[in-house]
Amino acid sequence: MTAQEIIDSLTARFGDAIVESKPDAMQPWIRIAPDRIQEVGRFLHDDLALRMDYLSSLSGMDYNNGQLGVVYHLQSLVHKHRIVLKVSVPKEQAHVPTVSGVWGTANWHEREAFDLFGIVFDGHPDPRRILLPDDWEGHPLRKDYQVQEFYHGMKVPY
Amino acid sequence: MIESLSLPTNYVTKPDAITTSSGKTIRSQEMIVNMGPQHPSTHGVLRLEIVVDGEIIVDCIPHIGYLHRCFEKHTEHMTNYQQVIPYTDRMDYCSAITNEWSYALAVERMLKIEVPERVEYIRVIMAELQRIASHLIAVGTYGIDSGAFTPFLYSFIDREKILDLFEMTCGARLLYNYVWVGGVSHDLPPGFVEKAKEFVTYFRPRITMLNDLLTYNEIFVKRTANVGVLPRDVAVNYACSGPMLRGSGVNWDLRRDDPYSVYHKFEWEPQVGKGEVGTIGDCWDRHIVRMREMEQSLNIIEQALAGLPEGNVQAAVPKRIRPEPGGEYYGRTESPRGELGFYVVSDGSASPYRVKARGPAFVNLSVLPEISRGAMIADLVLIAGSVDIVLGEVDR
Amino acid sequence: MGLLDQRFENGNVFITSVDNLLNWARLSSLWQMQFGLACCAIEMMAASASSFDIMRFGVIPRATPRQADVMFVAGTVTIKMASRIKRLYDQMSEPRYVLSMGSCANCGGPYWEHGYHVLKGVDRVIPVDVYIPGCPPRPEALLEGIIKLQEKIRRESLAKKSA
Repeated sequence: MTAQEIIDSLTARFGDAIVESKPDAMQPWIRIAPDRIQEVGRFLHDDLALRMDYLSSLSGMDYNNGQLGVVYHLQSLVHKHRIVLKVSVPKEQAHVPTVSGVWGTANWHEREAFDLFGIVFDGHPDPRRILLPDDWEGHPLRKDYQVQEFYHGMKVPY
Repeated sequence: MIESLSLPTNYVTKPDAITTSSGKTIRSQEMIVNMGPQHPSTHGVLRLEIVVDGEIIVDCIPHIGYLHRCFEKHTEHMTNYQQVIPYTDRMDYCSAITNEWSYALAVERMLKIEVPERVEYIRVIMAELQRIASHLIAVGTYGIDSGAFTPFLYSFIDREKILDLFEMTCGARLLYNYVWVGGVSHDLPPGFVEKAKEFVTYFRPRITMLNDLLTYNEIFVKRTANVGVLPRDVAVNYACSGPMLRGSGVNWDLRRDDPYSVYHKFEWEPQVGKGEVGTIGDCWDRHIVRMREMEQSLNIIEQALAGLPEGNVQAAVPKRIRPEPGGEYYGRTESPRGELGFYVVSDGSASPYRVKARGPAFVNLSVLPEISRGAMIADLVLIAGSVDIVLGEVDR
Repeated sequence: MGLLDQRFENGNVFITSVDNLLNWARLSSLWQMQFGLACCAIEMMAASASSFDIMRFGVIPRATPRQADVMFVAGTVTIKMASRIKRLYDQMSEPRYVLSMGSCANCGGPYWEHGYHVLKGVDRVIPVDVYIPGCPPRPEALLEGIIKLQEKIRRESLAKKSA
């Protein structure tokens, strides 16, 4: 399937959940309404013509305009086509439904996005920090992050 | 959580209680065993929290982040796109060349830079040599995991020969900073092609020897066959890649399925696990995939050395790389561990706005609880070893 | 058999100081805590494999800190790891030595500026005897570090600790 066909098939089914799409980008992407990401993901995964069974990567983003985002790079091992999904949420209300029930690999990726960006994934089976210690302050990959002076008596900056 | 997942074939349900001959009821109780971050067989600073019932693993919870070196934060603070490359080296330090290449590929595709053909050939030769060197570490340490020390010594002799080739090219043994955006840092030195050809001839029989020493050793087969079985559907659902995915019988290799560079010009075959001594997707299958990939890499190197074209080793790249604002690309290559991707986003300035590194070891490790549940605790070392993680890339 | 046993077969007597005897014994069997952190650990593995053979210096890897004399801090020490390193060091019995391998363990290395989770030098949590520069140091550099440590031990005295 081409990117345009994937976008068309999603628009036909979900209509208003598709906020924006860019089929002519180098890697075509679709922006989804955050609260609909789970059902869109389930459809992409299960539909026999789409069969996006492989979540290559899930990245957190800080767009530095008060918005945080999540980018999903999807791949179909069966049909060998690809698509990128994006969602963005306001920084103060950074809640995105989890897709770890659709793709198991999203579990750790989402924990990482929570750890480094502070995006909360609603319904996540294990919502803990993954890389940093549990009592760390702040989310380091946010553009306005200020590193803490001390952690348990150890000086953090040089 | 996920209905379609199947339990390992050797899963044993635990009895709730046993009544002894004297009429006493003994309840079985679960125990938590901690393994790591300092442990000789966790391949780095991995910590596993293992819930055991007797000798059966009920659950295994990996704790990572003990080597989190803030790679993604560093990329945002560089003054130049090229400056990120030394940091990519230090992610998967067993296969630095493929990391550099993956990042360079993402930036080159974003900027639509055409790389000279000689560069592509050099990159293929280097990446495949690196794949052999990386698999030699994996195989050698896997021998230690299973209780055999000798294969480690043999595989490190051969690895040193590959490192000599790298050293004569760019002066470094482990972290090369060799593949740059638009080219490579140095051309191949005089005598490299002959030495590399010599290595190919020398190494072919050594693979057979390693196979005799380890792969087909009866003890090794007994310890790895039917252990840590990763079913195909679970492997795909957890986005495993590389020998983890191919070991489970999924024929997926980015060198062929998301073509990059000049791999299409050579004759080679992705290797998949076939369950020759046990079940498809067991530890032995992952091991044999690595062994056979080394042979395939030799084939590729041989053909690339024979067809190596003359030419420039650096494309015309602007001194200050400034991609268009909003430009983004997810570039990926097949590293020895699987799909290594870099999602590079630009805001038009001279340094990347965001670089997300999708490490294959990170993703492959996340499936460890699924494949170790129901196994014996003594097999956990072998199961974790067969994932072939590099903590620098798990934690980044 | 050993180097000396053919020469002194008729029950010779050696005279030396206790200091010299202890130092000689200590520096000739530096049991290492088998413990790697990052990239430098691969070079440490290479040093213990065939081509470099670290064991000729009496360095034998032990999996537990209780049996170890020297700790090679081979790689980046993160803040999450620092407390574990401190604990492992505390579990080693005296006399104990620390060899900091590579720029990261020395001072934070390439991560000194923006590494929010990197400890800028392992000497902030445990005392270090020998620093080996390099990113990563070659196995030869590690071997030289061991020789330096042996020289240091040779100068030690029971009456006065050198470090």
